[in-house]
Amino acid sequence: MDLHFSPEEMAFREEVRAFLKDRLPTRIAEKVRTSKRLTKQDMAEWHAILNERGWYANHWPKEYGGPGWSVAQAAIFDIESALAHAPRIVPFGVSMLGPVLIKYGSQAQKDHWLPRILDGTDWWCQGYSEPGAGSDLASLKTSAVRDGDHYVVNGQKTWTTLGQYADMIFCLVRTSTEGKKQEGISFLLIDMKTPGVEVRPIILLDGEHEVNEVFFTDVRVPAENLVGEENKGWTYAKYLLTYERAGLAGVGGSMAAFNHLKEIAQSQRKGGRPLAEDPLFAARLARLEINLENLKITNLRVLAASGSGGSAPLEMSAMLKICGTEIRQEITSLTRRALGPYAQPFVSEALDEGFNGAPIGPDYAAPVAVDYFNNRKLSIFGGSNEVQREIITKALLEL
Amino acid sequence: MYFHHSEDRQMLADMLGRYLQQRYPFDIRNKISASPEGWSRTHWAELAELGVVGALFGEGAGGFGGTGFDIAAVFEGLGKALVVEPFLGTLMAGQALAMAAGKQDALLAEVIAGTTLLAFAHEEPQSRYDVSDVETQALPNSAGWALQGCKAVVPQIEAADRILVSARIAGAPGDEAGIGLFLVDKAAARLRGYPMVDGGRGGELVLDNTPATLVAKDGFPLIEQAIAAGIVALAWEAVAVMDVLKTTTLDYLRTRRQFGVPIGKFQALQHRMATVALEIELARSAAISAADALGQDRRTRERAVSAAKYTIGRVGTLVAEESIQMHGGIGMTWELPLSHYAKRLTMIGHQLGDEDHHLERFIALGHA
Ligand SMILES: Cc1cc2nc3c(=O)[nH]c(=O)nc-3n(C[C@H](O)[C@H](O)[C@H](O)COP(=O)(O)OP(=O)(O)OC[C@H]3O[C@@H](n4cnc5c(N)ncnc54)[C@H](O)[C@@H]3O)c2cc1C
Repeated sequence: MDLHFSPEEMAFREEVRAFLKDRLPTRIAEKVRTSKRLTKQDMAEWHAILNERGWYANHWPKEYGGPGWSVAQAAIFDIESALAHAPRIVPFGVSMLGPVLIKYGSQAQKDHWLPRILDGTDWWCQGYSEPGAGSDLASLKTSAVRDGDHYVVNGQKTWTTLGQYADMIFCLVRTSTEGKKQEGISFLLIDMKTPGVEVRPIILLDGEHEVNEVFFTDVRVPAENLVGEENKGWTYAKYLLTYERAGLAGVGGSMAAFNHLKEIAQSQRKGGRPLAEDPLFAARLARLEINLENLKITNLRVLAASGSGGSAPLEMSAMLKICGTEIRQEITSLTRRALGPYAQPFVSEALDEGFNGAPIGPDYAAPVAVDYFNNRKLSIFGGSNEVQREIITKALLEL
Repeated sequence: MYFHHSEDRQMLADMLGRYLQQRYPFDIRNKISASPEGWSRTHWAELAELGVVGALFGEGAGGFGGTGFDIAAVFEGLGKALVVEPFLGTLMAGQALAMAAGKQDALLAEVIAGTTLLAFAHEEPQSRYDVSDVETQALPNSAGWALQGCKAVVPQIEAADRILVSARIAGAPGDEAGIGLFLVDKAAARLRGYPMVDGGRGGELVLDNTPATLVAKDGFPLIEQAIAAGIVALAWEAVAVMDVLKTTTLDYLRTRRQFGVPIGKFQALQHRMATVALEIELARSAAISAADALGQDRRTRERAVSAAKYTIGRVGTLVAEESIQMHGGIGMTWELPLSHYAKRLTMIGHQLGDEDHHLERFIALGHA
């Protein structure tokens, strides 16, 4: 057992820190630190900076443009980026589709799509969920019928994150209704500008436009956009989900959010003392800190066990998804509590860049309550935490 | 022992329920909530006309209610419809005025008639629920009094015509003695209004040599009792909101199908729903106990009130989070009323003392 980073890894950490100090735009880091709204341009700008350094697709193999990092290096990068308030890399193209194409795509697909992911030509979104197919994803109905060189797609996807920005959507579609539900699903890449694709916003409880409904009416998709084999899409989808869930542990993000919470608890006062010294609040903070430390080590253990390449055993990635999201939710909950009465006011414009109205209450108050509400999503998406618990016991019980 | 409302109170509750169902459906509520004013004068006038404001005050104050259970019946009704109008401030300010030895009858009559609205501005930016932490200063002058200081996150303060303000006449922040209560005209005050995350509006009150009329020199006991009434109101509002969340979630568990069955068939959700239902009943009992204690001696009253606010805070978070979770993605949407009920319930936890504050206070009162 050796919990500590090697001298090489320490040196790598310094390299990452120096890069972040040098290249992460202060403007963007400040927006992330203060939970302001990021624009598409902000995210794309950061992706481009990372790509220039060769660190954007940091879990891709070297031959496809990845940096060839070890598991520890990737973890160091994630944590340092989050602590420096870098935006999270938008996962759909680079973290989700990329690995699927690398493993299951044709040579032509890899040659065409991977460079476009790297240089940001295509903004991707994920078309898995449907109104009737959430946890029970395999019951999806959006159909793709072969017609010569094309598939004709009809149906509806929903909850499509940042679909309003997307050039492309990777979809699970039904290509067969025979046999088991899972065996009639295919993995299809669809251009959002194709006639018959319509995107409608869904406003979330915090008032933000983050997700969308995507409707398909007789959308003609070139057959060459089928990934792998017809009716084998479920295998690819599951492969992708292990990447999605491991990313959802979000250790670095939680460390940064916890640091922020500690600062707030120091600056808020209760009964003439810092809130952080109130016995009840201190206990809440301590429990959280202990859990977070446990998560950090568990995350490293899972990463180490899965080796470089990054895909973890299903029940372990399920555990990380649960712990990581619940801890993050608890951090946002405690941050909300820390504000006392000032959790209530909400001036939406205060989250825009360049807003210069006086803050209401402490200057860090504006985004706190909406962050808390928005992060309720963490235990719902990426496979709900109930479903994750089913996965764990199914694997352990073998009943 | 009898756990039902009296006939009069039940009639009031039924009437209020009918009115809100017909005149204040959810889409109207959201429109009012997001409007520049953040409340509706029309509904206020009509509800006052129906006696809903009068029910908050005793006969001595010109009303026909005013007990803990009257407050309970009204706020339970308001909570069901997620009403944003300034009932809480009116209740707390009005109750304090009614206790302040006479002279306020004319004002209270206008309040009950719905023509004058009140706000209760007591908490300050630094006070974090500590009732005696009043820094705002009251200084006598030739015309009467002038106030200097700041009041924080006052619900619907812009709607008020008169604002009841606490300010220190003597002593230091933290002293119970020396806190006076004053009336300030909205026209004379500097307000900074803003939307609230759970709907409606709130505001900061800046007092800068602001003229004020003295209502009570020894205000602390009045403030404490007004807050106790406010907590009973919030507790019942919360219970109503929880009931709505429970009903809605049960409906969803019955109708949403995944894996070929209603999701309510999954034991993982059944157990969680059972916990939610059980905790709501405990919260309701705490709210009953607080309503009952409102007319009792200080220690009994304040312990019951703190117990209720602690319970509502703890259970409220649970119920809000679980209702969203059991709905899945749809529970996260603006379009569904559910998310607005969940937000309101969560924010009730931030008003008049949070869970931790009242737990500590309950302990302290036990030692007293
Ligand atoms: C903000 C947000 C962003 C999203 N982004 C995307 C995206 O970009 N692309 C995409 O494809 N999807 C996306 N999703 C969809 C997400 O993956 C689904 O919401 C999720 O799969 C749950 O499905 P559902 O919402 O239909 O809930 P349901 O499946 O209807 O679940 C409702 C409740 O039942 C529980 N439940 C369901 N089945 C079981 C069971 N067998 N045992 C126990 N409990 C069960 C669930 O845990 C939940 O509590 C997003 C969702 C959100 C909220």
